[in-house]
Amino acid sequence: MNDSQLVLTLVAAIGLGTPLIFATVGEIITERSGILNLGVQGMMLIGAVSGFWATFTTGSLLLGVIVAVIAGAALSWLHAFTSVTLRVNQIVSGLALAIFGTGLASFLGRAGSNPLVGNPSRKVFEPLITGGIAEWPVVGPLIFGHDILVYLSIIVAGVASYYLFHTRMGLSLRAVGEDPASAESAGVNVSRVRYIHVMVGGALAGAGGAYFSLALTPTWQDDPIGAAGWIAIALVILASWRPWRAVFAAYLFGAAERVQFTLQTLGDPWSNIPSTLLAMLPFILAIIAMIVLTSGKRARLLGAPAALAIPYFREQR
Amino acid sequence: MSTSNGEPLAVELRNVDKAFYGVKANDNVSFELARGEVHALLGENGAGKSTLCSILAGLYRPDAGEMWFEGKPALFKTPKDALAAGVGMVYQHFRLVSNLTVAENLALGHHDQGVRLDQKELARAAEELGERYDLAVDPTARIWQLSVGEQQRVEILKLLYRDAKILILDEPTAVLTPQEGQALFKTMRQLAGEGRSIIFVSHKLDEVKQVSDRVTVLRNGKTVGGVATKDADARELARMMVGRDLELPTRSASAPPGEVMFSVSDVRVLSDRGLEAVRGVSFEVRAGEIVGIAGVSGNGQRELAQGLVGLRRLTAGRVEIDGEDVTSDTVLERIDKGLAYVPQSRLGMGLAPGLTTEENLALKAFRRPPYSRGRTLVASAFRDEGARQIEQYDIRGVRPGLPIRLLSGGNLQKALLAREVELEPKVLILRSPTRGLDVGATEAVRNQILAEGVRGTAVLLISEDLDELMALADRLLVIYEGEIVGEMQTEEATSERLGLLMAGQRVEESA
Repeated sequence: MNDSQLVLTLVAAIGLGTPLIFATVGEIITERSGILNLGVQGMMLIGAVSGFWATFTTGSLLLGVIVAVIAGAALSWLHAFTSVTLRVNQIVSGLALAIFGTGLASFLGRAGSNPLVGNPSRKVFEPLITGGIAEWPVVGPLIFGHDILVYLSIIVAGVASYYLFHTRMGLSLRAVGEDPASAESAGVNVSRVRYIHVMVGGALAGAGGAYFSLALTPTWQDDPIGAAGWIAIALVILASWRPWRAVFAAYLFGAAERVQFTLQTLGDPWSNIPSTLLAMLPFILAIIAMIVLTSGKRARLLGAPAALAIPYFREQR
Repeated sequence: MSTSNGEPLAVELRNVDKAFYGVKANDNVSFELARGEVHALLGENGAGKSTLCSILAGLYRPDAGEMWFEGKPALFKTPKDALAAGVGMVYQHFRLVSNLTVAENLALGHHDQGVRLDQKELARAAEELGERYDLAVDPTARIWQLSVGEQQRVEILKLLYRDAKILILDEPTAVLTPQEGQALFKTMRQLAGEGRSIIFVSHKLDEVKQVSDRVTVLRNGKTVGGVATKDADARELARMMVGRDLELPTRSASAPPGEVMFSVSDVRVLSDRGLEAVRGVSFEVRAGEIVGIAGVSGNGQRELAQGLVGLRRLTAGRVEIDGEDVTSDTVLERIDKGLAYVPQSRLGMGLAPGLTTEENLALKAFRRPPYSRGRTLVASAFRDEGARQIEQYDIRGVRPGLPIRLLSGGNLQKALLAREVELEPKVLILRSPTRGLDVGATEAVRNQILAEGVRGTAVLLISEDLDELMALADRLLVIYEGEIVGEMQTEEATSERLGLLMAGQRVEESA
């Protein structure tokens, strides 16, 4: 029963969705501060390569994730600097970050006399529990059969949700994203809030990237994450800037990515559908979600931060 | 520094300078505030009142000068510093986060009460404060659901929630009905009675006389003088404020009204949120008549004006200019049929900020001769016509080739009005035409509007300034929640009667 295509697909959806949860929750936190960071792809790739490198060098998975988190946060600091301090157009800065991160990750993977590229990871995230409850029909693989980062990603979403809506810091964050001038006159340090949350977003994107290189495809190749960083940006909208919804949105996209493999194993007539067409599925889903949800004035009603992507000048008259 | 009875002053500013882009908004300003007093800051728009308050509240840093707070030198670097010391400000444009609730706005930036945000406890505290100071609002409501008057109460509650000792109210009555203003004054006296100090910014003499203990007058960024209110003579204060004796133009005896030039029947318009903002408005304006629409801001004035000029679709109703139905006409077709419009936001909607003054003056007429010959523009016409209008309408500060946004508010408005009246319209719609202008520009704009009436234009003046409406209009309508709730000849109007109508209380015409 646990080998049925449905269960296998769902389990895979959770695995494929996990890095998307990290990145999406991170981007939600960033955007809630009013900063749009389109560089998720770059931050994820830098997280992937630096995490892979750390584990490859030290043999420690924990160190791998820590390094990935730091690297993601460090790269996002660049975006915070350009968009908060220099007040550069955030779309331009974010896209530059995506391109820069992609190139840098590829370079780092090939640099040195003994490059990472082509090497398998020395260690890989394994399921926490094997045997016992993890063998139970359906719920075993679905709920108990995952590695620790899968559970951590859900905890991250829960903590982010509590933080946003039930803490004073979270209130400051939401206020800064809605109306920085009002927040500032209420005594909130707008720049600091923005810097911190852009970097939290970068850190989570880095963790998402490391999940690719240390769990999903644990061999270093140039582009191990596909377009996950771009999908995460779309998922923010699909999740309407709420961390819990990001979990479900991410699993939905995980399932969409997995469907092409599933259909091929089902035989005729399903396997006749060209796989290239199915590979488009997540992107088509993303485009439809964006069009439906952001058309007209719906974006505002959804909860898009009102000051998103608008630079803040303090002494403006 | 201390007062005669030995108690330190709440705040003292000495020789403060602050300039924006080379223009001195505060020039060697000094100011003293005692504990437990309501201190009025009186001055024209642009006299530097708001700048002075923003310095006190930590929003702006002075370029030079000293600030003493409760007897000790202090300079607030950020609004946070000021709030921590007990100085809070209610800005003219409210600083409330509109998507958050009242309670959340109170808690915002207030971190010394733990990490957790306890919505229930907050709501209880908000309600308690509201009761104590007659500032009741529903703490769970989101700001955008509240009326302007309620939003102001939230602003004051925000300061009281932090136990502010000094409250700065920047033109608080500008958005209130006269009755709401009276309620605010009562709260202000109560707060002063508790030993809090209040800075009350205004340019309305009667309010200053009524509520304040002392007055400091600012003019052109300088302090002109300070007096105890009971010793102050209204004429003297007015002279200090303006720098000369000045009578603003008012309409003379009304000319006999002509034919119906502008007719609006049962017009309905939706707001940005998709709610019905204008709910069945009907009225007529005759040639040579100036009709005023009074109302507290946000009661559908914006939607009505935009609906009438074609910027917003009408969901129902009919608009006629000189007997011709223009309901389904585009903006351009309405302009061609004689409709002119002066919107509230001069640079946002009225003018193209990046174009030159000459280009802006031609912005509606450029399709016709002399600006156009066939499909090509005539550069010399822009130059010559522009020069003539700049001269005729006394638009100052124009430099050739530079964008119009560099002009002052008064000159922007003169240019905007010049462009509209040059079209020789049949109907002229204006929204708050003298808002934010200094006295000189107000005088010029008012004269121009009166001249349009004399020329035979049907003028519709939509304004929140009752003084302006009573000075210019022949007939007044009152709008409340998208409906016309009252109509009267200006002779019969009093600010009390208008205020009641503006607050939504229907008064029987016979009463």
